[in-house]
Amino acid sequence: MAATTTDTVPATSPARQRKVTPKSGGWGSPGTYFIALVVVGLMLAPIAYIILGGFRTNSQITNSPGGLPDPWNIDNYTSVLTGSTFWRELGNSTIVALVTSVLVVAFGLMASYVLARYNFRGRGAMYSLFAAGLMFPITVAITPLYIVVRDIGLMNSLGGVILPQVGFGLSTTVIILVPFLRAIPLEIEEAAAIDGTSKIGFFFRMVLPLSLPGVLTTGILAFVGSWNSYILPLFILNDQDSYTLPLGVQAFSSQYSTDTAQVLAFTSLAMIPALIFFSLFERRIVGGLQGAVKG
Amino acid sequence: MSDSSANEPLAVENSRSQLTVAGVGVQPTPATGRTRRARRGTSWRERLEIAVLSGPAILMFVGFVIFPVVLAAYYGFFKWKGYGKPTDFIGLQNYKTILTDPEFHAALQHNLTIVVLSLLLQGPIAIGLALLLNRKMRGRSLIRVLIFVPYVVSEVIVGTGWSLMLQSNGAVNDVLGKLGLDSLQQDWLSDPSIAIWSLMVIISWKYIGFAVILFMAALQNIPEELYEAASIDGASYWQIQRRITVPLLGPTLRIWAFLSVIGSLQLFDLVYIIWGQYVAGTAGVSTMATYMVQYGRNAGNFGYGSAVAVVLFLISLIIALIYQRFVLRRDTAGAITGGTK
Repeated sequence: MAATTTDTVPATSPARQRKVTPKSGGWGSPGTYFIALVVVGLMLAPIAYIILGGFRTNSQITNSPGGLPDPWNIDNYTSVLTGSTFWRELGNSTIVALVTSVLVVAFGLMASYVLARYNFRGRGAMYSLFAAGLMFPITVAITPLYIVVRDIGLMNSLGGVILPQVGFGLSTTVIILVPFLRAIPLEIEEAAAIDGTSKIGFFFRMVLPLSLPGVLTTGILAFVGSWNSYILPLFILNDQDSYTLPLGVQAFSSQYSTDTAQVLAFTSLAMIPALIFFSLFERRIVGGLQGAVKG
Repeated sequence: MSDSSANEPLAVENSRSQLTVAGVGVQPTPATGRTRRARRGTSWRERLEIAVLSGPAILMFVGFVIFPVVLAAYYGFFKWKGYGKPTDFIGLQNYKTILTDPEFHAALQHNLTIVVLSLLLQGPIAIGLALLLNRKMRGRSLIRVLIFVPYVVSEVIVGTGWSLMLQSNGAVNDVLGKLGLDSLQQDWLSDPSIAIWSLMVIISWKYIGFAVILFMAALQNIPEELYEAASIDGASYWQIQRRITVPLLGPTLRIWAFLSVIGSLQLFDLVYIIWGQYVAGTAGVSTMATYMVQYGRNAGNFGYGSAVAVVLFLISLIIALIYQRFVLRRDTAGAITGGTK
């Protein structure tokens, strides 16, 4: 490949070489846009299929499965939105995701503070313990986890999903937050100590505000993870009233398997909160994932 | 979503620099430097603080992560229906059954196929896209966001949408027919020779955005001087990509490959949602995790399910250790954790 294309880019024009590195302003070649457009089209087509399919009727879908709504029809969406199932499941998902991320961040930040700013025997072992959690995906633990949750009486309750999720979310949180807290200069802590602030006071007055970006990132990652989680609710929540949205989408699509249009409307409504959340926090989600892998 | 946003450093690094600013000109202390201060030993008060601060996290982590994994190893030696205490100790019988079950062999083989195909399909495409999006163009950050959208949509929604599209009377076959490509119409989900490829398309579609943003972040960290030096020496665009960019992507590429391998070995959600436990086997897409759920919890055999979990974990662990020994060893710890900065 390199040999055949070498002569197409003359080395005598240093300005053209600049396109190797991104610079804002200026337009690239049309070929680049064409490929980018095709890729974006492929990525969005299934999403568009779900959303647009919700605006069609079942007879439209049967006659032309890949067609566009003609005429547009909002009955599917209104019937999902006026029923109680969607809202109940949305509420359950929101509660689970919010409580999970608050607890993960609170416990994770406290533990990371200890790991980053205290000297004590066993600190290395404690860090390794949390880091080892990355090797234990929830799939491996799910069977006995189900037994544990059942034995403490949390089957069919949101708490039965929240508590294990907090446990499994802690590894990523600690790994992201410890370097963050270590980066707070020791001199600030010493200055605070000279002014008579205790380590705990330092935690609340200095560490919390300074680590806010990291806290937000880990919180958002925990929220998205919880919002999309499937296998744990599948094992723990067997009662329709306790279903979260992923379980709800699956239940709905098997219950109304003949009513494809309605299923698509329900599915796209279930997708919208995640899309809104992503568009609000895109920078943090992307940056957080990159940071988690790098750091 | 202006063009400049993509040039900003990662959120984490970004905030690190804020911390430095907050330090009013004080140099950030290196991580190891903080131990230099001689301490008066851990006082009872500090011990209390350590216990109170780290207690909740340790409790949750040990209780819901470590303890169940240990329990899985224990239950795996029993024939146990999940009620009362496991008493029917059968030694390694569960493991013998697993390792001689052709269905498990098939599932393992599917997992390994998915591992290899994920690397071969997603890797080159993601590098290509990252290089493309790293070029000068308008709307780059918008494109980056749009490519990443499938990654944030939940597996259940992805599975539901794709399974409707890929049904034999679904949208994909319909569009192919309208384009006059009737010969390409397939039974995408139930034909055993095709289903695994359908799964690969769905997996690639869902997870490639993650690879692209990782590679793009790595590309942004390659010093511009290298490109300038190469172009002064008369290197072409493709020579520069091949000799500079791809080698410097190495550490990120190896980390991504590691995550991809582990994810492929643990794959459950998409297969279980699209095919369900029974069809997955006949369509040739069952995985170790769907096997575990099918013959463990769904069949009420919790001892057996736990044993499958242990096998799944050991296989992942062995592959992870081999990978770290022979592939990741080439990177120093610093290279993985930000040596490309």
